[in-house]
Amino acid sequence: MSAAADTTVLSVENLSVTLKQDRDSIGIVDNVSFSIDRSEVLALVGESGSGKSVTALSLMQLLGAGLSIAGGKIMLRARDGFRGDIVALGAKGKAIESIRGRSMGMIFQEPMSSFSPVRTIGAQIMEVVQVHDNSGKTNARDRAADLLAKVGLPDPLGALSRYPSEFSGGMRQRAMIARALICGPSLLIADEPTTALDVTIQAQILDLLRSLKRELGMAILFITHDLGIVAQMADRVAIMYSGRIVESGPVRDIFRRPAHPYTRALLDAVPRLGDIDRRRRIQPIAGSMPNIFEAPSGCRFHPRCPIAEQPRCSSEAPPDFRAGRHAVACIHGEAALA
Amino acid sequence: MQPLLKTEHLTVRYAKRSGGFWSKPSGFVSAVEYVSLTIARGETLGLVGESGSGKTTLGLAILRAVEPESGRIELFLPENTLDVTALSKRELREARRHMQMIFQDPYSSLNPRMTVRDIISEPLIAQHIGLSRKDRDARVIDIAEKCGLNREQLRRYPHAFSGGQRQRIAIARALVLNPALVVCDEPISALDVSIQAQILNLLASLQETLGLTYLFIAHNLAAVAYVCDRVAVMYLGRIVEIGTTRDVYFTPRHPYTEALMSAVPEPDPDAPLRPILLEGERPDPSNPPSGCRFRTRCRYATDLCAAKIPPLRELSDGHSAACHYSETLQLKGALDLRHAEEKRGPHDPFRSPSNVGRHS
Repeated sequence: MSAAADTTVLSVENLSVTLKQDRDSIGIVDNVSFSIDRSEVLALVGESGSGKSVTALSLMQLLGAGLSIAGGKIMLRARDGFRGDIVALGAKGKAIESIRGRSMGMIFQEPMSSFSPVRTIGAQIMEVVQVHDNSGKTNARDRAADLLAKVGLPDPLGALSRYPSEFSGGMRQRAMIARALICGPSLLIADEPTTALDVTIQAQILDLLRSLKRELGMAILFITHDLGIVAQMADRVAIMYSGRIVESGPVRDIFRRPAHPYTRALLDAVPRLGDIDRRRRIQPIAGSMPNIFEAPSGCRFHPRCPIAEQPRCSSEAPPDFRAGRHAVACIHGEAALA
Repeated sequence: MQPLLKTEHLTVRYAKRSGGFWSKPSGFVSAVEYVSLTIARGETLGLVGESGSGKTTLGLAILRAVEPESGRIELFLPENTLDVTALSKRELREARRHMQMIFQDPYSSLNPRMTVRDIISEPLIAQHIGLSRKDRDARVIDIAEKCGLNREQLRRYPHAFSGGQRQRIAIARALVLNPALVVCDEPISALDVSIQAQILNLLASLQETLGLTYLFIAHNLAAVAYVCDRVAVMYLGRIVEIGTTRDVYFTPRHPYTEALMSAVPEPDPDAPLRPILLEGERPDPSNPPSGCRFRTRCRYATDLCAAKIPPLRELSDGHSAACHYSETLQLKGALDLRHAEEKRGPHDPFRSPSNVGRHS
């Protein structure tokens, strides 16, 4: 992965994030590696507590109190000329601030809480341009209006002088996307951007993100737990469980030939529209996501795994297997990929 | 079909205040308008629609947890028929043992200072069921076990449980009185994917063993398809379509249902999403459009739609829709939208466009 191709925008290598508690440090993200190309969507899939959001926040060096990057590299190759390791920039100071919002943009789940309620939408979008480009107010205003039009907000010039509370959820989400895109970032990190929205609005936002990806050649890291969205949006998929990536590969491989028992279990657990006729029973996954403070030994999925082999699965870390771009960490991986 | 619940022209209005909290109401928002529906004994009726469509308000109004402005709610119990709208406060309190509710967020619906045993026994105490302590405990243990909780867990407090287990506690609390009707308001949307399946299957098996009737409110259309016998679609406070799950999903008769079905992302990369994108924003519910409330976002709307409110009409056995053009529009269902697009060629929704006065 270190000899990345020219089209690679982001390459994360052996990233680990730990939480300091009293004198202990607990691994929240454990040796995670992935890469994203230009015009590519990588879906990072996991349930709550899998470490997917922490992974996203560490890319922006926005980790909360107690959390810190314990190892690994986050190599970014941005259109604006930045090439280098984000980890080496540290979490504070000019260097990382010039990357955030310019080379990388981020959109969040809750559009309500990511805008200040007391400033206009326009001021909050223009601020990003003014911080990064030192350009005048008129220029920032023009660009903000342009982008609001591009994300499909009616009356973009009028919208600039309105407050977040005057917007509906879908409009706020569009405004947030506009703010994340205004400096033309090479990488967009989208953390569950449609979870709070209705399906009809969600469809609009997904449509918008797809067309922006094509037009602007952006790389998108799409974080979600919704397998429907993954199937529709992703080019490649990485499945996270309890702080580790257990399987990754092209979207069709993941859905057609899932190789990790957790991936298979997830796919069996979601209802589908076709079930009305076939009367398939969905299969729940027994047990629940392990508490990160008491992560199981060996393979972390072994207490819930229907095909675990004892004592191997509870004592050794699962081996990695790979066939082309499809990779899995499971003792049965070789047979599953064949 | 033996009905358990029947609503007639049920309407709920909220006062709208344009000034401060203490100002006089400046108007009303009809959150639910003229809703007439029947739920059969032992069935699950799904209620879908976007946020603000009135589905939660309708669920609350059926239990009279919010007071309806007008209309009638009847509950047909084996021993008698209750006119829920006419009950006094005291009678209503007693009637609640027959109708219970499960809420969306199991983190805020359980009192953190009560043990699980106290949480599940509370309805028995509040309803003065008059059981001895021993019988009460036996009943609590029985329902807790049916919901997949063990005896040991009854001594603990909610914080010790995961989201899925908390939802099991909430379900046990709702079922301990052996109600006839359970209103499930988004019971799985706060849960993880792997846990959602556990709760859906639990609700299904409890329905079978206890003979429950559900009103299942959800925005996850695939989950609704999985558990519901029939589905009602709401838009801006009105039911626009109702019928068997199969009919509503596969042969919708209302343009809003078509748009809704087209927007569901299937977990299948080879069933690409081709959403019918709705134009514009949802209208202000305190000032709804004239005629059909959906017309401002409907791609098939004509002058007639602005002039006349389309009534909810039965089109075929048990399948009703509120659209002037239900017969002439050939709307696409949840699966056609994904698999049949190429084979069918360009989409012409009208069988004979000359028959309907569609303005360009």
